[in-house]
Amino acid sequence: MSNSYYNSDDLAKFGNIAEFHKGLADKFFSYYGDVFAEGTLTAKEKSLVALAVAHAVQCPYCIDAYSSDAFEKGYSETQMMEAVHVAAAIKGGAVLVHGVQMMNKVKDIGM
Amino acid sequence: MKSLKVLQHHLADSRNQLAVLEGEGLRKHPSFAEQLAIVGALPLRAKGIDIFQVNVGKMCNQVCKHCHVDAGPDRKEIMTRETMQLCLNVLAGCSISTVDLTGGAPELNPDFRWFVTEIKKLNKHIIVRCNLTIILANKRFKNLPEFFREHDIEVVSSLPSFTQDRTDRQRGDGVFQDSITALQMLNAVGYGEPDTGLLLNLVYNPAGAFLPPSQQALEKEYKEELFKNFGIRFNNLFAITNMPISRYLDYLLMTGNYEKYMDKLIMSFNPAAVNDLMCRNTISVGWDGFLYDCDFNQMLDLPVSALESRHLKDFDLGELNKRDIVLNEHCYGCTAGAGSSCGGAVAV
Repeated sequence: MSNSYYNSDDLAKFGNIAEFHKGLADKFFSYYGDVFAEGTLTAKEKSLVALAVAHAVQCPYCIDAYSSDAFEKGYSETQMMEAVHVAAAIKGGAVLVHGVQMMNKVKDIGM
Repeated sequence: MKSLKVLQHHLADSRNQLAVLEGEGLRKHPSFAEQLAIVGALPLRAKGIDIFQVNVGKMCNQVCKHCHVDAGPDRKEIMTRETMQLCLNVLAGCSISTVDLTGGAPELNPDFRWFVTEIKKLNKHIIVRCNLTIILANKRFKNLPEFFREHDIEVVSSLPSFTQDRTDRQRGDGVFQDSITALQMLNAVGYGEPDTGLLLNLVYNPAGAFLPPSQQALEKEYKEELFKNFGIRFNNLFAITNMPISRYLDYLLMTGNYEKYMDKLIMSFNPAAVNDLMCRNTISVGWDGFLYDCDFNQMLDLPVSALESRHLKDFDLGELNKRDIVLNEHCYGCTAGAGSSCGGAVAV
């Protein structure tokens, strides 16, 4: 066993999840392929969305994959960083908006 | 920036490039020839010759970081008029339909215009791989757009991005702006415009250690962005994979990307790209008249397999039409993903 929970070589082995359950893996990868195909959003636009989500969920494999993919599809460093800031703003906002809940509670119990 | 040759860099010697390509790092994968055998495509044989590609010299006004020719202002290898005449003799005696002129910057050859004029007399379709900036490099080149139009030349030009940043990173400071100006000059004489028949095709190649994205999607984006921002029109975009040769090989090695890039090429092997590989319908002529399967083999000094027909003086169309293609590991660059050729993707 590796001493690390994450190993960059494992990204290329993603497809191996079929080894333990082929049926569900096949369904997932088929769905995944359809999601990232050209649609009403372009494949390029979807790549940038994926990059932002990858940061929000803090998945190192996804960040590796979609940093490459978004750059390869032509986004600049500045555009990619703006996308990361969007993720950061949403995550930060998600924390802060709960501040209203905190305020409600305090106001409920305070004199 | 100087060429690898003038710097006396070890990769200026094609034997050292081949040693890297055939080295230990790739032993975990099948060789390209073994890969073709696996898919039943060995031997890889020519299917005739439709395109006569001539490298008229390695001199160029640019020094691009990815250049497989190691071209630049300091390269002195230039095709002589005598060798051009040998090309014309071959072309006059056969039905090859297209002549593709490349370099370096082909326009820097002092006999370029004479050669074009003589080829046109033979009623051949001519492609010129024009780097665009040459049109602005000196006042004697300013009328190249008109010259191209008068000879009904198909112009194929590199523009690795529709943004300045990526273009200049790969091709040098100021190249993007000069390229835009040159494209506008070509448009002004009718190139790329509807119904003129004057073909202006652009070439995309990645500015880094990765494969091109979808050619179709990229062409759409290029057309929108170049027209919106600069009023530029063109016909087709060719997405070309960078070959692990010469300066691009040096870049891959220097940045620690070589093995990962080769892995990517090999893992992306697409058997559907094999049938239309450009080496199967092209002959590549070096500045000194020697014959190769493609411009990449030319730069690696890998001559055609036809032992009795390796120079224009011995050109034997019958032998060359059925020759086995000479393979090495760089060939994975032409079969990766959607495939790659001088005319872009081959398995779209």
